[in-house]
Amino acid sequence: MNRETQVLKTDAVTVEAEAAEAPPQPQRQLLALTGNEAVAEAIRQIDPHVCAAYPITPTTQIMQEVAQFIADGRMRAELVPCESEHSAMSACVGAGAAGARVMTATSANGLALMWEVLYIASGMRLPIVMAVGNRALSGPLNIHCDHSDSMGARDSGWIQFYAESVQEAYDNILQAVRIGEHPDVLLPVMCCMDGFLTTHTSENAEILDDAEVRDFLGKYRARYSLLDVDNPVTFGATDLPNAYTEHKYQQVEAMKKADAVIRAVCVEFGAKFGREHGMLEAYCMEDADTAIVVLSSTAGSVADMVDTLRAEGRKVGLLRPRVFRPFPAADVRAALQDLTAVTVLDRSHSFGADGGPLFTEVRTALFDAPHRPRVLGRVYGLGGRAITGGEIRALYDEMETDTAPTFRFVGVRE
Amino acid sequence: MAILEFRWHARAGQGAVTAAKALADAALLEGKHVQAFPDYGPERMGAPIRAYNRIATKPIRRHGLVENPQVVIVVDPTLVFSARVIDDVDDDVVFLINTTKSPADARQALGVDQPVFTVDATQIAQEEIGLRKPNTPMLGAAAKVSGVVQLEALLSATEKSFSEKFKRKVVDGNLEAIRRAYNEVRGEAALE
Repeated sequence: MNRETQVLKTDAVTVEAEAAEAPPQPQRQLLALTGNEAVAEAIRQIDPHVCAAYPITPTTQIMQEVAQFIADGRMRAELVPCESEHSAMSACVGAGAAGARVMTATSANGLALMWEVLYIASGMRLPIVMAVGNRALSGPLNIHCDHSDSMGARDSGWIQFYAESVQEAYDNILQAVRIGEHPDVLLPVMCCMDGFLTTHTSENAEILDDAEVRDFLGKYRARYSLLDVDNPVTFGATDLPNAYTEHKYQQVEAMKKADAVIRAVCVEFGAKFGREHGMLEAYCMEDADTAIVVLSSTAGSVADMVDTLRAEGRKVGLLRPRVFRPFPAADVRAALQDLTAVTVLDRSHSFGADGGPLFTEVRTALFDAPHRPRVLGRVYGLGGRAITGGEIRALYDEMETDTAPTFRFVGVRE
Repeated sequence: MAILEFRWHARAGQGAVTAAKALADAALLEGKHVQAFPDYGPERMGAPIRAYNRIATKPIRRHGLVENPQVVIVVDPTLVFSARVIDDVDDDVVFLINTTKSPADARQALGVDQPVFTVDATQIAQEEIGLRKPNTPMLGAAAKVSGVVQLEALLSATEKSFSEKFKRKVVDGNLEAIRRAYNEVRGEAALE
């Protein structure tokens, strides 16, 4: 694959050029790439020791491209094609325990089949990085976008990013490696993007120079490795009641520390490459009376409606958490506590719960605030159903009434 | 216009998804912000499919769902009567149809009041590429009708992407097909 295009000369490049004498000019490329293509580029640049995978729609293309990169001699990674996702994640765990930098990709039922091993990866503190193209879980069979796959895995001890765009999907993968491997963290990271809406949409994306990526990541030296025979360790042993709680407590502490590490890596990434994403994005929130909270690509459609309503003089905003685990509760509280009403959009549901997973998280974060807005939960977009501009406008409209129910589906035929 | 939105109607296998990507690549070369994406469903050769473009001078935040496209492109003339090509459009839409019909006749066949442009892309493809595959000529006509990208950028982007996959003769045929359709597309009023 040869994607030759124009080279961007950004401010960051200029700063670096002035700092060092005659440095090699970073060759950044601005391309129209799908989310899958951009993530595959990131994996090529990271060139992990091992990729173990079992492809599934809509992320099949990621490992297909990785296989091509390896065949073309552009990567040295060992690709392990497995017979199922359970095996793929198991191979990732084995390679990770051996001290390898490990990456994979999956979606929907593939993620579901990994379930058991997701907990083993986090419990063994292996910083595996996995791209997830969010897709509805069967049944009924559906290949389109919703968040039921990764939201089901929210308690599995993995850090979770949700990307709005192709650019962010690419940036998140690079940052995830640094974050997961940080000695204070040592946790696996799930980098989610919306199936088809991001995985299969070509849009502007800046790809960094390979050397810039190498410098940003540094070499990986696993703290503990099964292959380090001079320092023997045990992985995957039985853990009885006298120690299991402490191991879980350590995972909780690691997840807390991940919060600070994510912030630091975001700042460093922003300083080096000009894009700082943060834990969450607050759009037009300074003087907002009402806001919608939503993850991933739908935030773009909501932002466009915010622009439209702002032009009509209405004080509306958008809050988009980019990180769901660890959940940035304090930031969410600070951003929302002074509003009059907030609508949380969930692209999945927890059957029998009081609302969707993002809704319950946001409402919990607001409980300790001195003032708190009315918090409405709306489930939308299941199995890829599009949300229209008119529906988003109606969500803002109903926040200005007293009669809006706390929970409902958007656009459901009852 | 903030964001120009295109909707392509074709049959699976006619190359509309490739054409949408090529239009995006060309606009990107001109420094624009772009999107190209298809509708996904059961995939089988010959089934009606849709693909989309968004092109703008500022960053595009929305994804998916094109609610009211400004340009509707019909790659397969048989879809005029079957694929609901006139659904979900506003008064500001223009239609671009691959047909031997005149613009006035095509407009009558569609039953619309908005401007209709026509080009015999299948014939151009037959003559220049040797295949009845009208996607690349439709790309040239789309560039002309929408004005969203210059012919040179389109030729340059197409040459780059096609050179990776095809022999020189095929690449040249496609480039000539784009050029011809750009010049031969007609409307009821003259195009500049």
